[in-house]
Amino acid sequence: MKRIYSVLVENRAGVLSKVAGLFSRRNFNIDSLVVGETADKAVSCMTIVSTGDERTIEQIEKQLNKKIDVIKVKTFKESMSINRELMLIKVKYNKENRRDIMENCTIMNAQIVDMSKNMMLIQICDTSERIELFIEMLKSVSIVEIARTGTVALTKCRENQ
Amino acid sequence: MIGAEAIVKCLENENTEVIFGYSGVAIDPFWNKILDTNIKTVLIRTEQNAAHCASGFARISGKVGVCAVTSGPGATNLITGIATAYADSIPLIAITGQVNSDMIGSDVFQEADITGAVESFVKYSYLIRNVNDIPRIFKEAFYIANTGRKGPVLIDIPFDVQCAVLTEKFSYPETISMRSYKPTVNGNIVQIRKVIKEVEKAERPIICVGGGVHLSGATNELVKFAELNDVPVVSTMMGIGAMPSDHPLFFGMVGNNGKAYANRAMNESDLLLMVGARVADRAVNRPDLITENKVMVHIDVDPAEIGKNVGPTIPLVGDIKHIFNDFLQLDDHPDDHRKWVETLKGYKEEMKTIREPVADGYVDPENYIRTLSKVMKDDAIYVADVGQNQIWSCAYHIVKNGRFLTSGGMGTMGYSIPAAIGGKIADPDKQVVAVIGDGAFQMCMMELATMRQYGVNIKIVIMKNGYLGMVREHQHKAYNDRYSMVELKGDPDISLIAKAYGMAYYCVDGNSDIEEETIKFLSDDRSGIMVVMVDPMALTR
Repeated sequence: MKRIYSVLVENRAGVLSKVAGLFSRRNFNIDSLVVGETADKAVSCMTIVSTGDERTIEQIEKQLNKKIDVIKVKTFKESMSINRELMLIKVKYNKENRRDIMENCTIMNAQIVDMSKNMMLIQICDTSERIELFIEMLKSVSIVEIARTGTVALTKCRENQ
Repeated sequence: MIGAEAIVKCLENENTEVIFGYSGVAIDPFWNKILDTNIKTVLIRTEQNAAHCASGFARISGKVGVCAVTSGPGATNLITGIATAYADSIPLIAITGQVNSDMIGSDVFQEADITGAVESFVKYSYLIRNVNDIPRIFKEAFYIANTGRKGPVLIDIPFDVQCAVLTEKFSYPETISMRSYKPTVNGNIVQIRKVIKEVEKAERPIICVGGGVHLSGATNELVKFAELNDVPVVSTMMGIGAMPSDHPLFFGMVGNNGKAYANRAMNESDLLLMVGARVADRAVNRPDLITENKVMVHIDVDPAEIGKNVGPTIPLVGDIKHIFNDFLQLDDHPDDHRKWVETLKGYKEEMKTIREPVADGYVDPENYIRTLSKVMKDDAIYVADVGQNQIWSCAYHIVKNGRFLTSGGMGTMGYSIPAAIGGKIADPDKQVVAVIGDGAFQMCMMELATMRQYGVNIKIVIMKNGYLGMVREHQHKAYNDRYSMVELKGDPDISLIAKAYGMAYYCVDGNSDIEEETIKFLSDDRSGIMVVMVDPMALTR
């Protein structure tokens, strides 16, 4: 089962390694981990996507809560939240496939943010699944490099009510 | 005031009586300032044992044990001791010197990233960057170590921070404000009432106690509750002594090294109260059996332990002493489970293990431990090491109102002598006996010098068989007697070691009057070693 953990932590040196270390030490998966500041500069928010059985999911939350630097843990299913990931993808193009690529970008709501005479750099911000799909669509083109941020997520507004 | 003085002041504020440690340039400013206080220092002989000493001290005094060592190898040597304390949830503060702040990360002489290295074995760690943070950090560290699920906290302090002058006036905080750490103390009252109801309803209730009962100081409350409702009690290795071993309601240690009737009692119960126990593999190798056909209540201060190895019917998070006080207060209806207790007494009788007779010339381990236990003082501290000696100790030592210490979680060989030193320093009037094999003895015998230097009078029993017996036993069973890396040849003459350290020496074999010799050994004014000649082929079961 896939779960998203939104973890508020003290913004201190070494916290990222403590949290990441916890996952490897206890044999938990990390599908992705994103960390950034919150409105309060002393607090960071980590968004961790992980898969595991029910017992593992519960243990992850409990073990995260045990960490002294962890202020709060929210665990939720993908369906309960808005999830986004940003990808930059650099591809080689030629006269023949240039149109195709641009059309794909339009369909997937991706933008071409940089270009040279034979390469273009595309940016897309969407769910992980749609990003996978976009990569799939570009498979026929020669992909040079990919950089993905991993998922950030916040629970939907109605979950707060 | 400089950083080193501030550290000392913090320790005074925490009423630290003694620090176990080792010297080195990076921790020297601190050792220099300790001279100006009444805090006792004990110079151990290798850093690992500083943590073990502090652990023994903490377990007997009920306070936080403190150890301090230098940077680099001093700090890394401490790791096994810290990990041992972590596995058994023993509250420790480990102070390590560190190289100058501006050199951190450049691999200078005696530099080690100790906060990184111990991350998986500490409850928390600090690297102090600003000298003015010292009071807050020490206050937090002691609080973290000694509350909730207890454990070691490491504080790494660079040399320059120890020497820097505080720019703020020193004041030791009275309160803690940590938004991210608030351990649960009181149990949920709804759950507590539910448990009381279950005890009332149950026909075959049983309590399994773990080390958490000692850590919470809840032994009296537990015994009272068990007596009030006629509930039999079994224990894990770490829980031994929570109820006197000769109590009519006590039915021994569970687990694959425990008593068959204790396991049977737990499996056949219809209500199991797991109290301050992790349900770890050595205590419960088939978790399904302890949840099958029964209500299982798991009481622990650490919510992460509940459901980690086994899913309980009723989880109850909180401090055991508080929870049992609530039980006693709210349970106005004492229950009668005497019939079940009688059944268990029957099991105990019929499932007695009969050990094979020992080979000629050797001492029967069971007989020896029983005799030792009989002639020891009722309130003595018994420290068992790791290996066959530990299993025999668990099986045959009768804890009356003393304590039983051992490294249960980590199983660290060489724990007993330093832990006994710490225990004796915590309570000098108590008789302290360490029981150890000849393998582990050679891992920690350097501390005989520490005993001598500080006049720490403890009695060391060496169960000598010329083997790493526990592993030999395993190789006997699992590898058909193909022995590898278990035979201890070239043993030193222990009588000469005793002599070298000014200790009394006794030795018993199959022909000795064990009781008479053991009485002499225990009543000798000096620290002493008693070698017990054990058959190398003797088994724990």
